[in-house]
Amino acid sequence: MNEFINLGWTKDEIAKKIANEFPHGSYVNLGIGMPELVSKFVDENKEIIYHSENGLLGMGPPANENELDFELINAGKKPVTILPGGSYCHHADSFSMIRGGHIDYCVLGAMEVSQGGDLANWTTGKGIPAVGGAMDLVVGAKNVFVMSQHTTKDGSPKLLKNCSLPLTGKSVVTRVYSNLAILDVTPDGFKLKEIYEKIDFDFLQKVTEAKIIFN
Amino acid sequence: MKINKLFNSVNDVMSDVFDGAVIMLGGFGEAGSPVELIHGLIDTKCKDLTIIANNAGNGKIGLGALIGENQVKKVICSFARSPKNITFKELYENNKIELEVVPQGTLAERIRSAGAGIPGFYTQTSVGTPLAEGKEIKIFDGKEYVLEKALKADFALIKAETSDRYGNLTYNKTARNFNPVMCMAANQTIVQVKRIEKEENTDPEKIITPGIFVNKVTVVNEPIIESIAIDNGETYP
Repeated sequence: MNEFINLGWTKDEIAKKIANEFPHGSYVNLGIGMPELVSKFVDENKEIIYHSENGLLGMGPPANENELDFELINAGKKPVTILPGGSYCHHADSFSMIRGGHIDYCVLGAMEVSQGGDLANWTTGKGIPAVGGAMDLVVGAKNVFVMSQHTTKDGSPKLLKNCSLPLTGKSVVTRVYSNLAILDVTPDGFKLKEIYEKIDFDFLQKVTEAKIIFN
Repeated sequence: MKINKLFNSVNDVMSDVFDGAVIMLGGFGEAGSPVELIHGLIDTKCKDLTIIANNAGNGKIGLGALIGENQVKKVICSFARSPKNITFKELYENNKIELEVVPQGTLAERIRSAGAGIPGFYTQTSVGTPLAEGKEIKIFDGKEYVLEKALKADFALIKAETSDRYGNLTYNKTARNFNPVMCMAANQTIVQVKRIEKEENTDPEKIITPGIFVNKVTVVNEPIIESIAIDNGETYP
């Protein structure tokens, strides 16, 4: 464990920054794990429709213990609810929503992101390889947001010149939200959009392998 | 004579399966998984099966049990990892089972294509990743796409909510998932339903899978809920 992992914005604070980015009426797919936090922070004045790739559009909050329905689940296979206006569809239609460019935003975790927007988040090369819908989401969603700690648990950079792990997609990431910064992926590399208030540019660059454009 | 696709028991509908068959299993995790039909498949003792499904089973119920009985030589799926997956994991780590990893949308579309008579299609999904290696790449409007081929099966085992005697199916919530596309992509589609439609025929506006895609139907009115069965320590056979 390194000192940076607890430094910076909390997961809830990162989630809130992402939630604030979605315009009213957006169709959004949130990845399993940390990205699921985002839905808690959407402004009540906005209506956002959540897509779950197992055939649920208009997903609501997790189901209460006393109303678990194992035939109404999310992509993480946990019982959830459906909101008014929601619908069910089969898998090919659900992935047509993704691959056909109908999803406005997806938020995913990352093991590595390169300055060219390559994403690695599905396998370390060890254990059972399992990809799920990640490769479809990164090429299909209009905006691909990565939500991740800035470094690995041992302090190694995750934002690299080139990914070392097997890719999920090439030149697919739009923006990275970490505990230390928000960085846009531009044709010239990572460009700083916002930095955690208590660190400076030098520190951010030190924990980032890829060169950051500050200005 | 009247068309009637309804059969009396799981054993009756499983009578045609054979060693080496390619078999699609509907479901996403436990939702929509035809657990009782899979148990019927275990009872046939057929082996060297190729299984096409989204996952690779949990515990020793349903697909997890089929794999545990060493009846499967290969799994084609998008996500074979899960905390309760024991049987696939053990065989995989000992190189005793093959795995073809397919992105979930590509899996659904390969199955749909087979059902629609489309031999292959181009998609951006997996371009630049290890899963595109060895596949044809074609450029459309300056972007790279990979050729993916249709995926057919000898049998599809399906779970639906209701059927009528024509094999017209309805589903329940997110238990629909892969089931409708798999119905279209197999030589023989075998379905378990919770109940037979009360009327002579299903309201045409409510039918999700038209009976043309269905061969045999049987009723399992209180199907096993996989996660509860596993938590209770149940196994099959």
